[in-house]
Amino acid sequence: MQLCEGETGMASHHRLFHGAIAAVGVLLVAAAVGCSPRQPRNGRAANASDVTAAALQTYVAPGDLDEYYMFASGGHSGQVYVYGLPSMRHLVTIPVFTPYPGTGYGFDDDTKKMLGGLTWGDAHHPALSETKGDYDGRWLFINEMNGRVARIDLRDFKTKEIFGPAPNVSGNHGSAFVTPNTEYTMMASRFSIPLPKGTYAPIDKYATEYKGVLAAIKIDPQSGAMSMGFEILAPPFDFDLGDAGKLASDGWMFWSSYNAERATGKLEVTASQRDRDYIAAVDWRAAEKAAAAGQGDLIGGVRVLDPKKIPGLVYLMPCGKSPHGVDVTPDGKYIIGSGKLQGVTTAFNFEKVQTAIRNKDFTGDEDGIPVLRYESIKDAEIPVGLGPLHTQFGPDGYAYTSLFVDSAIAKWKIGTWEVVDKVPMSYSIGHLAAAEGDTVSPDGKYLVGLNKLSHGRHLSVGPSQPESSQLVDITGDKMKLIYDAFTEPEPHYAQIIKADKLHPIEVYPKDENHHPLAVWDLKDTGVTRNGNKVTVKMIAVRTTLTPTSFEVREGDEVTVAITNIEQTTDELHGFGLLDYNINLVIDPGETKTVTFTAKKGVFPYYCTNFCSALHQEMQGYLLVKPRGLP
Amino acid sequence: MTALARSFTFLRAPLGAVPRALLVLAGVFVIAGYVLPLWNLTMFAPQYPDGLRLDIYAHALAGGNHGQDIKEINVLNHYIGMRSLAAEDFTEFRWMPFVLGGLALIDLRAAVLGSVKELVDAFVLFAYFGVFSLWSFGYRLYLYGHTLASDAAVKVAPFTPPMFGRQQLANFEVYSYPQAGSYVLGCAMAALVLAIVIAWRQRPRVAVLVG
Repeated sequence: MQLCEGETGMASHHRLFHGAIAAVGVLLVAAAVGCSPRQPRNGRAANASDVTAAALQTYVAPGDLDEYYMFASGGHSGQVYVYGLPSMRHLVTIPVFTPYPGTGYGFDDDTKKMLGGLTWGDAHHPALSETKGDYDGRWLFINEMNGRVARIDLRDFKTKEIFGPAPNVSGNHGSAFVTPNTEYTMMASRFSIPLPKGTYAPIDKYATEYKGVLAAIKIDPQSGAMSMGFEILAPPFDFDLGDAGKLASDGWMFWSSYNAERATGKLEVTASQRDRDYIAAVDWRAAEKAAAAGQGDLIGGVRVLDPKKIPGLVYLMPCGKSPHGVDVTPDGKYIIGSGKLQGVTTAFNFEKVQTAIRNKDFTGDEDGIPVLRYESIKDAEIPVGLGPLHTQFGPDGYAYTSLFVDSAIAKWKIGTWEVVDKVPMSYSIGHLAAAEGDTVSPDGKYLVGLNKLSHGRHLSVGPSQPESSQLVDITGDKMKLIYDAFTEPEPHYAQIIKADKLHPIEVYPKDENHHPLAVWDLKDTGVTRNGNKVTVKMIAVRTTLTPTSFEVREGDEVTVAITNIEQTTDELHGFGLLDYNINLVIDPGETKTVTFTAKKGVFPYYCTNFCSALHQEMQGYLLVKPRGLP
Repeated sequence: MTALARSFTFLRAPLGAVPRALLVLAGVFVIAGYVLPLWNLTMFAPQYPDGLRLDIYAHALAGGNHGQDIKEINVLNHYIGMRSLAAEDFTEFRWMPFVLGGLALIDLRAAVLGSVKELVDAFVLFAYFGVFSLWSFGYRLYLYGHTLASDAAVKVAPFTPPMFGRQQLANFEVYSYPQAGSYVLGCAMAALVLAIVIAWRQRPRVAVLVG
């Protein structure tokens, strides 16, 4: 940096004048150059990687298969997106809470009923079913803010059940975390309300009359069917994320929460006044017993346990303010929680938590729920960096914490609490997902940073920018960024499972189709009438929809049941009915129904999902006679 | 001749062509200092690879990215309870244009009236203005970093953003450097100093009696 220096001491006036001009010149040049750099010191080079190595690692040649499935939540798109790793290719979209014409989801009678009239959901946290704390590849659960949890069967990658809206739970964010043997999938209120739903209380009574709810949804171990387990009443904190204890801490559930202030209004200020918020530690086995013994009160039709009346169910662990992730280490011994405005993440020792509970080492209580002494239960504050959000684990005792503010991932060692590496993320990483990184036996090969911003990392596509997800190789001492992918909005969390744990079917076997309206022989197709209710049994097979036309009367309630009798992989057929907003897609061996009220006129139907060379010819007519016509 | 008499003689001496030209030049530089940005603060964070830029003029604040950067800086600063940067809070923007205009006029006046004492006036006033402005700028930076709302979401220790050079503030790399406007004002200062030096060298060697 040049500073102005006048030149003096020259003999002649002319030389002085020239000196003056020179000095002015120096200043003008300095001015023109300026000093603030165009790029930060580390520049973008920090996000580059060894191109050849990265290319070889991520390239999955045509015809080759990926090693892992990643199931990413679709946020407010309401869906689950499936990616293959390490290619990061988007393989398929599993529609869950939102209609999806691509697979006819939300258009046939069953899925329409399952959606329950809601056409969106804010899907956040996928939870693969577990056996002994390890992914078993059976189901994927995913929560949604309108108090629901869905179950996807990984045998056919289809949403099979949507449970809820659960009574009393309001703003189901802290969900759908499963217990180590998939006994329960959990729910928690982010937005407390007066209970039961439908009750009014003014906002200034928030601290006392609004209640949070922690809920356990029971899962049938055979069918996976969900039913209401029990609920626990909680102070009106905003419950955020959770993780079930495992191994050493099996039987416990941990939820982070913010707004210990019980504030309302401008929460970014009013709920940030205390230095600590809480992680709620819930002894869910004790709660299960209490519920089974008939304790608690019925609220909104559900057995709700009040921890004030039933001590020993819930304890509060003070945590840095506004925490997000709370993550249990693979051995279950530590609970990692971070205030997301801090520069450290805290490792709480589960054994010390138990000792503090035994010794009643409390600093106070919240509505009768004991608050444990922070100093007594923490083992370490790990200086991971700014804005620690969420932690995942590797197989070798390492943990990986996403840093929102620093826009990076920190790698640190469990036990020594030493931060050993950092890798920048582009940009503003939220959650991260390591391969099987929240199980008792993490896989450790890859980690995906689920970033909130993708600014400038892709061809511009206008203001609606995709999310960026970055693949990181975590096999070595140093983390290596190896791929940028752009994911559908908006992954809040993802889970990565070894591909060989899943064995999806590719057609529905005929023997398993027990649909009452299924027909497999063309001669069984046709129209039956019962009053004004008309049932059409239809077969879809290359390349005819049989019957090719059918006639009903105006005002009839028509149910069309279509069976795709193909047993060949990828021979899907569609049923698009024009002017009726109907589009079904029927997989091989599947039967779907759609019910509508007939309006007069002639309406073409046709196969919407390309099936063969004569796909275009696969069409027919719905003929609706006007009222009064014989 | 006593020293006092010599200095008196010098101050009353008429200016030569070169110092007068330098005075005119100084006036032009002062006007340019009004038009050009005086200082720039640029801050980078991983999320802001292109940086957020703030240009300070004698009469206004200008954000990079068509002004959007000021809004962005204010949004970020609100987390730590810092006051929003708002032009109306800067009284400087109201008086600086007049002061710069006045300083330019004083330079031109000295060039026309043409004795050393007008030149010295111009220099002294300009030096006073320069020192005061730098102090005022530093004090502003101090105030913004030290008046943080007590109810802010993120509590940080009070700090002073850099006035010159690079500083790491949390996840931000902050650069603060003078810009063209400051350089031309520096040139104006240099021109005045040079004018005085030349006038000194051209000073009359005999006493001029004033009647």
